Formats: sequence, C-alpha cells, structure tokens
Amino acid sequence: MTLKTEPYVINIGPQHPSTHGVFRMRTTLDGEVVVDLEPIFGYLHRGIEKLAEERTYTGFIPLTDRLDYLSSMSNNLAYVLAVEKLARVLVPERAEYIRVIMAELQRVASHLIAVGSFLNDAGAFMTPIVYMIREREKILDLFEMVSGQRLTYNYMRVGGVSQDLPEEFLPALDNFLEQMPLYIDEYDQLLAENEILLARSKGVGVLNKETAVNVSAGGPVLRASGVKWDIRKADPYSIYDRFEFDIPTGTNGDCYDRYWVRVQEMRQSLRIIEQAKAQITSGPVRSEVPHLIRPPVGEAYGHIEAPKGELGFYLVSDNSIAPYRCHIRAPSLLNLTALRDMIKGWKVADLILIFGSIDICMGEIDR
Amino acid sequence: MTMLLHPSLDLVKNIPAIAADWPGGFWWHWLVFTIIIIAFVLVLVMGYIYIERRAMGIMQARLGPNRVGPFGLLQPVADAIKVMCKEDIVPIKADKIVHWLAPIVAFFPVLMIFAVIPFQNGAVLADLNIGILYVVAISSISTVGVFMAGWGSNNKYTLISAMRSVASVVSYEIPVVLSLAGVVVIAGSMSLNQIVLAQNIPMILFQPLGFLLFFIGALAEINRSPFDLLEADSEIVAGLHTEYSGMKFALFYLVEYAEALAVSSIVTTLFLGGWRGPLLPPWLWFLIKVIAVFFVMVWIRTTMPRIRIDQLMALAWKFLFPLAVINLVITAIEVLVFPAGLPWLLILVNLAIMAILILLWSKLFKLGGGRIEV
Repeated sequence: MTLKTEPYVINIGPQHPSTHGVFRMRTTLDGEVVVDLEPIFGYLHRGIEKLAEERTYTGFIPLTDRLDYLSSMSNNLAYVLAVEKLARVLVPERAEYIRVIMAELQRVASHLIAVGSFLNDAGAFMTPIVYMIREREKILDLFEMVSGQRLTYNYMRVGGVSQDLPEEFLPALDNFLEQMPLYIDEYDQLLAENEILLARSKGVGVLNKETAVNVSAGGPVLRASGVKWDIRKADPYSIYDRFEFDIPTGTNGDCYDRYWVRVQEMRQSLRIIEQAKAQITSGPVRSEVPHLIRPPVGEAYGHIEAPKGELGFYLVSDNSIAPYRCHIRAPSLLNLTALRDMIKGWKVADLILIFGSIDICMGEIDR
Repeated sequence: MTMLLHPSLDLVKNIPAIAADWPGGFWWHWLVFTIIIIAFVLVLVMGYIYIERRAMGIMQARLGPNRVGPFGLLQPVADAIKVMCKEDIVPIKADKIVHWLAPIVAFFPVLMIFAVIPFQNGAVLADLNIGILYVVAISSISTVGVFMAGWGSNNKYTLISAMRSVASVVSYEIPVVLSLAGVVVIAGSMSLNQIVLAQNIPMILFQPLGFLLFFIGALAEINRSPFDLLEADSEIVAGLHTEYSGMKFALFYLVEYAEALAVSSIVTTLFLGGWRGPLLPPWLWFLIKVIAVFFVMVWIRTTMPRIRIDQLMALAWKFLFPLAVINLVITAIEVLVFPAGLPWLLILVNLAIMAILILLWSKLFKLGGGRIEV
C-alpha cells in the first residue's frame, strides 16, 4: 500500500529564529526534503542608496554603518575609498595603517559572529556563539577606544580617519593579538573535529566553482568553492600590497569549507594586523579636505574585500555637494542568489545550516 | 528467578539479604508514595531547570539566573508563577480537544515511570517483578501526547516536530530495550529493586557498551540535545511548543524535564548501583547519582550541535541496533561460560569488547552528505 503524499508550502520567516534578520523563504517541502525555495526579502528596505543622494559626501558615512551593521568599519572604508577616488584625495600614511588595522579587526569580529551563528544554526545550543561574542567584545572595546561607538563607528573620513589612535589603543591591541590566536585554537578544539559538526556540514550545500563564479559570489563563500579571489590581492587598495598573507581556499565548497575558510581568515587577519602594527608610522591621520566636498563631474567605483565579500560603492558626481547616484554592491545579496541551487534536495535542517553558512546581513541585502 | 541464575557469576548475582528499609505493602504505603513521587518529580524538575540554566551559564562564560532568591535558586518558582499567570491561547483552527488533551497525555506516563524506581531499599511505590518492561512500555505512551500536540495545533512546524518525535521514538525503542536486556541477563531479574540489590559492583562496569547504547538511545527518546530535533529551535521554531502557551506550555516543559529525570533515575538504578553507596544515607546517594547523570546531559547539550533526522535514523539502525544485539549475545555467553569469582577480569574483557566494537563500527560511517534528488 502506498500512501498518497503531496508537497506542502511552509514559510520560513520573516519571523523565525534563524533567518538572521527579516528574511523569508517560501519553501516547498516533501516531508522533510526541500523541493523548492523562493527567497523573499525587502522587509528591511530603508532606501539607503536614495538617501545618499540627499546627503553630502561626508554626511553619508554614518549611513554606511547601517548597511552591514556587523562590519561597519569595512563599509566606511569602502565608501571613503570611492569618494577619495572620485575627488582625488590623498590619504596620509598613518591613516592608511589605521584603516587596515580597523578593517582587519572588523573582519575578525564579523567572522566570529558568522561562525558562531552558523554553529547556532547547526544546533549547538548557544555555546560557540557566546564564546565568540566574548572575543568580539574585546574588538568592540578597541573600536570604542578609537571611535566612542560599539556598533556604528562612523570612524573613517574622506582623506583619513576621524581621529588618531588614543595612547591606550596599541597596548590593548597587543594584548588582544596575544590572546586571540589562543582563542581560535580553543574554537578549533571544540569544533574543527567535532563528529556531529562534520556529519552535518561535510558535503552539505555544495556550491561548485562554476556556479559560484556565475552568481559572482564573493568572500569566504567563493573561496570555499576553491576560487582564489581576494580583492586585497587581486586589486590591492589602500596599502594591502605591503603585507604578507595567504588566501585560504576550500576544496569542496560545502558548509564545512565555508566554516573552515572563515576560521583561517581570522588567523590571516591577525597576521596582517601584526605587520601593520609593526610598520605603523607617526604623522597626521587626516588630510586637509573641505567639509563640503565637490568632486569633479565623473564616476568612481571603490571596492574592498569586506568580511562577507566584495563590497563596492559606485558613485556618480555632478559636481554638487551630494552624489548624483550611489549604488552599493552588497556581497550578502550576491552570495544569497546561490541559495536556491545550494539548498534544493537537502532537508529542513540543512536549509538552516546552509543559509547560516552563507553569512548574510539583512541590513546590506535590503539596504 | 533462580531459573535465570547461573553459578558462574555468583559475585554479581549473589543478592545480599539486606532487609528492606521500607516495609511497604500496607494501604497508606500507596498514598505516601504517590505523594512522595509527585513531590519528588515537581521539586527535582525545578531543581533540574535551575541546574541546567545555571550550569549552562557557567559553561558558556556567562552567569545564568542569579537574581531571584539566593544564587537565583527561586528562578524556577518565579518562572512557574509567570507561566501560570499567562493567557492560554488556542489557535482558532486547532483541534480543540486534542490540543487540550495533549499535555496531559504526555505528562502522566512520565509520572507513572517513577512508580517502580526504588529511592532506597524497598522504598518504591510498586516493586513490580517486570519493572523494566513496565518502564519501557509506559515511557513510550508519552509520544502519543507529543503527536497529539503536533497534530492538534494545526501548524506545519508542530507537525514536522511530531513526525520527527514519533520516528525517533519508534526507532530508538529497539536498541534501548536490547541494551536493557543485557542488564536483566546479568542481574537475573526485571525488578528494579532486585537489580539494585544485585549490583555489588555497579552494572556500568559489566555493561559499559550497554550503558552507552542505553544512554544515547534514551537521550534520543526524550529528545535531549544532540537529538533535540523535536524542539530544534533553529529549524522549526519551537517544534510542538509553538502553539502552546500558559499552563499547557508549562506542562510540556515539565514533561521534558520529568523525562530527563526519569532517564537519569533509570540510568542510576540500572547502571550506577541505584541507592547503594558508602557512608551517606541511600536516598541521598540516589539523589546525588541522579543529578550527576543529569549534569552529563547538560554537558552534552552545551557541547554538541544537533544531528539531522536521517542521521538520527541511521545512528539507531546502523550503529546502536547491531551493537545492542551483539552486546546482548556476548553478555549471555559470558553469563553462561565465564569462570566464577573473576569479576574484574570480566570488566576488563567487556571494556575491551566495547572499545573494539565502537572503533569497528565507527569505520563504517561516512560523514556528511545525504542529498536527495528532487
């Protein structure tokens, strides 16, 4: 006797514990197996790109904080790089080093949340994420020293950074750099060989090389699929050509590789910070830039390797105090486009896991 | 009982003639023990909730509840009061009767398990001579309540959760029963009190594999982490609790912890020597062991991610089931042929067999994968 069964539709989100914001997946399930999936987003749309046209070039910096709120420093950096390209502003040496240190600290902080919430999605009840938030707090302390903020820093400026490092910053950074590798070892002890994590994530949600390139995925998602592509090496911005670091890549493009690449990237970031700290010079941290910038007519695209992938700002200037048009290339959104291909045929539990392994931030996707 | 006994394992089975601490059998015995059991379950469930939250807090580098009462000890009481004052919301399309009945159907079987658990020698509501069978039979009734909740809520998440629960209980019942059979073979009795009396050396040493299989299987049956697919808060919101609120939710919460309490009591009774122990009074030993077992559960919960439903099934049928059968056969052979008077040698042999079997079986497992073409 065969039972008559039929697929059913279930809405995962927008209010669901694991959608990392207000994201909705209209999922068709056959029992536990995902037959089809339609991502629906836009619940967090704030019109940030349009808002840019209403603000001065400097006045838009705080709004970039609100894009991917887990890596505000990187957003700031990408935006000011685009403006500097547009207005042809030179940045003092010390400011460049400070920017690199901040961007790499931000990468560590963002990956901590990414790995932690990935494990939370895998069902490790809170432990990994609480441990990782503990270390992230230390990074936030460092950011608080330089910018006075813990989430939306508004620290970078066109032509430098808003203020110099306070004197207690470098000792605190030393302290952090000493401890952090030990903490990462601790995570490896807990997770890297964890039988259940391996069973859950090895070979699950494979994103092959071709698809990853086709959807123009970026960041750890792309590198886990085995593509050695990192803007810091491919198109070195700021002063990244001065540092020595590796690009960790995965082989299978599964969830475990994405997790692994992130952990390795944290180590590489620490390496970059070490070098930047050793090379940092004294001097001004901000070049003389008028408050109301009027860049010449033209367009510019500034992009960086943000924690989640290639983050780009495309700006068009009409020689007024506000950009004529601003477009943001959000890495989370492009990584998310591969979701359906990755999830089809897996189970509900994998759906959450694969979705978590992409590491998205709704603030950036909906903008 | 003598039928099962074989002279070769005298040391294990020689049941000492300790007089029962509790006379038992007269009419108010039943009344007293019913009250004791209800009080025991309610108080220890509160204790468990406190221990779980507090221990988990400490393991996770945070404090845990510490505001209500000294060391936050009254937190479960405050939670209970809060949950009782909450509005009881029933979904408009729910199957009202089933929805209402489900928590009760789930709760009572769990309470009934404690009828055969000896708190100290003879201190038991009913010393059934088929105690283990009774436990196994009663404990699976709870699943009916769980399924009723899943169905009656008229919600897809709860239905997925109920399906998972039924599937896991049906599969895990078998390895659990088979691993318990090993204990019965050695102790020569199904009465829990007799099994405790038989344990001059705790049974976990004679049945290390059986203990592991039972513990894993029981964790899966009561849906505790890493087998908490029933609740899976990151996947199916809260599973069958999704549409429950107020006192009904509290009952389900109670069921969850009462089941954990039942499993730790059974593990204590069957494998850890029950109420037996030096110096301290027996009931205290029982309590200490029960809480220690629960602590291990909390420990596992804080460490392990959750496994997937097909992996859960694979674990039951490919790993636990064959090992449980082998364990039972080996135990039976040992009881028949092993020379008497050498319990420690038997313990070593059993530990070696466990290590070899687990290593052998873990080679068979392929990690990851599991995609289905659609």
